[in-house]
Order: sequence, then structure tokens, then C-alpha cells
Amino acid sequence: MATVSEHPEKAAAYIADRSRSRWHDGALWFVRSKRDRMAHSLPEWERLRSTASQIKAHTIANLPEILQQFEANAKARGVHVHWAADAQEHNEIVLEIVRKQNATRVVKSKSMLTEECHLNPHLEANGIEVIDTDLGERIVQMRGERPSHIVLPAIHIKKEEVGETFAKYLGTEPGASDPQYLTEAARQHLRSKFLEAEVGITGVNFAIAETGGFVVCTNEGNADLGASLPRVHIACMGIEKLIPRLVDLSVFVRLLARSATGQPITTYTSHFHGPRPGCELHIVLVDNGRSRIRDSDEFRSALGCIRCGACMNTCPVFRRSGGHSYDAVVPGPIGSVLSPAADTKQHRSLPYACSLCGSCTDVCPVKIPLHHQLLTWRQQIASQGLLPVSKTAAMRAGSMLFQHPRIYALAGALGRRALRWLPKSWIYNRANPWGLDRDLPEPPVESFRSWWQTNRQGTSVDEGMKSKGAKNGK
Amino acid sequence: MRVGLFVPCYIDQMYPDVAVATLELLEGAGLKVEFPAAQTCCGQPMANTGCNDAARPLAARFLDLFDPFDYIVCPSGSCTSMVRNHFSDLVGNDPRLASIQSRTFEFCEFLHDVHPIDFSGHRFPFRVGLHQSCHGLRELRLGGDSEQMIERPDKVRSLLAQVQGLSFVELQRVDECCGFGGTFAVNERAVSVAMGEDRVQDHLEAGAEVMVASDMSCLMHLWGLISRQGSPLAVMHVAQVLAGRSPSVSVKNSIKPKAGNAL
Repeated sequence: MATVSEHPEKAAAYIADRSRSRWHDGALWFVRSKRDRMAHSLPEWERLRSTASQIKAHTIANLPEILQQFEANAKARGVHVHWAADAQEHNEIVLEIVRKQNATRVVKSKSMLTEECHLNPHLEANGIEVIDTDLGERIVQMRGERPSHIVLPAIHIKKEEVGETFAKYLGTEPGASDPQYLTEAARQHLRSKFLEAEVGITGVNFAIAETGGFVVCTNEGNADLGASLPRVHIACMGIEKLIPRLVDLSVFVRLLARSATGQPITTYTSHFHGPRPGCELHIVLVDNGRSRIRDSDEFRSALGCIRCGACMNTCPVFRRSGGHSYDAVVPGPIGSVLSPAADTKQHRSLPYACSLCGSCTDVCPVKIPLHHQLLTWRQQIASQGLLPVSKTAAMRAGSMLFQHPRIYALAGALGRRALRWLPKSWIYNRANPWGLDRDLPEPPVESFRSWWQTNRQGTSVDEGMKSKGAKNGK
Repeated sequence: MRVGLFVPCYIDQMYPDVAVATLELLEGAGLKVEFPAAQTCCGQPMANTGCNDAARPLAARFLDLFDPFDYIVCPSGSCTSMVRNHFSDLVGNDPRLASIQSRTFEFCEFLHDVHPIDFSGHRFPFRVGLHQSCHGLRELRLGGDSEQMIERPDKVRSLLAQVQGLSFVELQRVDECCGFGGTFAVNERAVSVAMGEDRVQDHLEAGAEVMVASDMSCLMHLWGLISRQGSPLAVMHVAQVLAGRSPSVSVKNSIKPKAGNAL
């Protein structure tokens, strides 16, 4: 099942439509600019980041104890707590709860975990209708696509295209693109689904060990309807979503919305502490590879991710290439760290879909050193033999060349001469990917080392024989 | 005080005038500068690809060659960061490493923090778009970036700001990556080119005449696009501006004759 996915090809396909790529870049840059303004408005911004980072480091270090504390406190509140080692167990647990209700209609609020576990196809294969109720998610669900962004799942789709989709599935006016009109149509459609549903599934943004409660943040209130109208609420969460104490929550709630969308707080920040009378509340705690990341010294801090998506909005590669180019549930910088942990071979191109600019690291509200972790992934991919031979051979050849300064100087001189004298067609062709869109620098007649020998050592020698006696910089 | 000049391989071969300009400035400040000519490449392309085995011997050579110097100065933030931040992945057990890392400086950083030079007598009557190179900005902290809410002195800009007649244009995206990224430029050609084109566009729209950066590698990529587009924008390394080169000379890449130092 794991076919190797190559980011450069998918990115090139998206960028081939330059106007769409530019529009996507502009839309996300707008979000990042809002984030910058919001972060600027808090003098304590960097202190919040440090605090959040420390709380997460503490939580990850003490995860088993904190999970047990959470389970005990949640159970004391009448919550059914389930544990799932992997995606399949998670899906079976959810299916079983739904079946026990004899339910066939489920509404779901946005949850990257259920996306990661491929819950929808599993429930649908078992005769259960699952409706995503986040507007963006509903749009991509209708179109048979994946979310392209973890916070803005339909950011890749223009409003005219939403109009086409709604005309097809909801019977709206063909050609309509007015956001208010389309949103109203979606609202009426989703309302009927909320009222029919027998089970509501939500994600979890933060689960608090101290109280056994959890928090769900949305801007549309859809999770609240999904959790309140049906009799049964299933909350699915990765085990890393824990925080130890209620007082810690304020740090994360302040960082989350500002980092994600530039809002001071999400429109709805709902706290759940046990089932309503006569109703059921289930929590499914899912590992699915998280313990493995926790065990690795290099990538442990990636578990601190609060899924704000700020790294995606700031990433110059993501903004141009679009979320689908990553071919992963979580795209962008954090996805390029997490996806190879799940399947290194399949996602081996993702750590290279990065110019190492470091913007993601500095924007991250919990200070995950994302670009350094991507570099570490590159080392692991190379050492596991997952790099194409053409690349490793080129690097080995380069290394040999650079270990021999005289050969390097000679090769440089020949190369520069070739660039000056060869016909353009020999230099600019498909064998030279640089030159397809960019000119090569105009090669100088003399290298610096040659100039140095002439002007500082007074020994002029023929080009290509420069490093003779050039030992230890005499 | 012995200063070892660390000249990145692509500057040595393709942009020798950047190294000469750096040398002139350091010597002009009364420093004794040496170029250990057995140096080649710090190993960054290999390390960034993940091929640490190929990069390791190059890092080891670097330590051998540069250990004798009091300071090691390099006209590239990216190569400086390689030594300071990434050599520990390669030769972390070498007892000389920590000391060499503490003695290795990016050129602007050296002039700002260690050995200040007064540039107020210099003239450069052009509108400059400053391209903040990512590794200088976010790995060496040569300035404050737009993501973090931390005030930091902008070391590159403050040197240029001393020069008479030089004016800065204001960019829409002050510190967006140009898309070079080493092998990224070839490996992810489509994204790299799109990023570069947007970067050039920002400078053009801001009315820049000369795009200045502290990393020639960014400028190699951006110039490649500018030249292909036929845009009226020159590129110069910050050392060339400070050493008094004119934009027309720097574009040719040839080494400026010493006597013609037009100040």
C-alpha cells in the first residue's frame, strides 16, 4: 500500500498553475500576517512560547503517569475511557460504540486524528453515514478530497469552485460564489444532518489530567452541536494532547488561536467534563506511533505540537506547493517530521521539501526545532539507504573532490573555462535543471585562490595549478 | 591577531571579488589576514543532503586548517552556521571544535561585534533592497526575524546604514526565503524558482536598484532569475558595497583592480 510519494513532482504540478499557486501563497501569507500582528500585541509572547514548550516537555517526559491520572479522573466523572494502540483499534472501538446504539448516522467535527486513522472509510464500509460538519471539511468531503491544511482544510479551493460543488450536491444556484449565500446553504444542509445524527464524534484540543475534562476549539460551533444534539459523544484524541493542570490551559488557549489564524481566541472554546444526564461520553486515547516518537531523542519534542498550523502558513514551500503536494494527512513542516516517523520510505522526499529557512522553527508556539528535525530526518534517510544512488554518489564524489584541493582547483578552472567557451546549448539543456529557469553565473577568469597567490604570495602560476604548496595557509 | 579568511568554495570559484572585497576591508582595518589555501568546502551540501559520511572528512579538514587562527571570518552566513551549528553532528568529539566555533564569525557579525569599522566616509548612491538571508538571520541571529517577538540588532543593515547616499527600499516581506536552499534549488526546482521569482518581484516593486545580501548563494539563485528575466536589478554582496564597488562592476564578477577602488 505504501507507494513512495515524491514531493517535487506533485509540487511542480501545482505550481504549473502559477496564478493558483500565487493566490494560495497570498491567502496563507495573509493569515501569517494576522498571526504576526496578534503575536506583536502580546509583550509576553516569547515567554508564553517558552512556558508552553516547557509544559509540553514535562508532559511528554511523564506521559504514562499523566495519562493514568487523566483516565482515573475522567472515569470518576462517568466517562468511558478506551485505549487504542493503533488506527485499526481506534476505528474498531468507534464502530463498536456506534453499533451498540444501533446508529447509522454520525456527525463529526474536525479531527486530524480520525483523518490519520482513516475513520470515515471504515465507518462507511460498515454502512454508517459520516458527515464532516466543519465547513471546510464538508467541502472537501463532498469533493472526495483530503484536507490540504490542518486548520484550513479547504484553503486550496476557491469560492467559485465551492459554488460548483454546492450546486452539484446541495442544489444551489449554478455559478453562485457569494460566500454568505453558500454558507447559508451549507448551514441548512448541516442543520438537518445534526438533527438526524445519533452519534457525534469530535476531536480534542487539550485534555486536562488534573480534572479529567477536555477542551474542543472551533470557529463554527459545529463540535458543540455535534456533542450536544446526539445522545452519544465520542471524543477521539492522540495521547499527546494531554496537559497536566487546568492552569496550564490558559497558556495554550492563548497561543493556539493566535498562531493558527491570528484570532485572540477561537470563537468556541468548549469544556467537556463528563456526560450529560442520560447520555454517554466516550474518550478514545490513541497511540498509533506516538510512543515510538516519544522514545526517540531526536524527534520527541515534535509530540508537543498543538496542531495550530502556523508552520504551514509560514512555510514558503507549503504556500507555493499546496498541502496536497505532501501526500500526507498532516502536511507542511510538522507533517514532514511526523510522516516519515510513520513510514520513512513512503515519505522520504518530505524532509527535502524544505529550504531550511528556519521560519517554521521560529513561528512554532511550542518551540519545536522543526527545521533541525527535518535535517535529522535527512541524515536518517541517507543512512537507511533510502536516498537515490544518484544523490549519494554525487555527494561522495563531491567529498572526494573537496578533500583534494589541487584537483578541486583544477576542476574549478576547467569548469569555469567550459562555461565561458562551450556553446549555450551544451550548458543549457535538460541535464542542467538549474539552467532551465535560471542563468548560471558569469564565470570569472580567475578564482580567489589564484588571485591570492598572485597578489599576496607573489607566485603567479598557471590556472589549475594553484594549490601547489598551499598547505596550512602559508 | 591572526585572522583566517574562510572563503566558501562557490565564492572562491565564481565570485572571487566578494572574497577580495572582504579581504580588503579586513586588511584596511589593520588586521593580518591569511588565506589557508588548502581549504575547499565546509561540507554543507553533503550535510544538508543528510550524507554525513561524505561531509565528515571535510569538517575535519576545516578544523585542521583553521585551528591556528585567532579569528575565522567568512563572507557567508550559511557556511558560518555550518561550522557553528552543524559541525557538532560531524566532528562533535573533536576537542578543538568548541573553541573553533567560538572563533568563527560571519563577516558582518565580525565587523559589528568584534572589530568595528567606520563606513561613514563611504558613498553608495543607490536604492538598496536588503535580502535577509535565512541562515544569517535565523541560525546566526544577525538580526531580528518577523516570526519572533525578540528585538535584536540588525547587524547587516546597521553596517550598510553608515554608508552615505545609500537608501533602503521597504519590502512587503522583509525576510522571506529566496528559495535557494543548496541542493533544494535543483531537487525542488519548481518551488525554488517560484520562491525566487516572488522575491525578485518584491524588490522590483519596492523600487530597488541593487539587491544586497550577506550570502552570495542566495544572490546566485536570484541573479540567475533576474538575468533570465532581463530585469534591471543588480545584485551585490554586502562586502562589495562596503568595499566601494559599483553595481556595474560587481555584476561582471571579475575582480576589481585594486587601484580602482572608487570611494
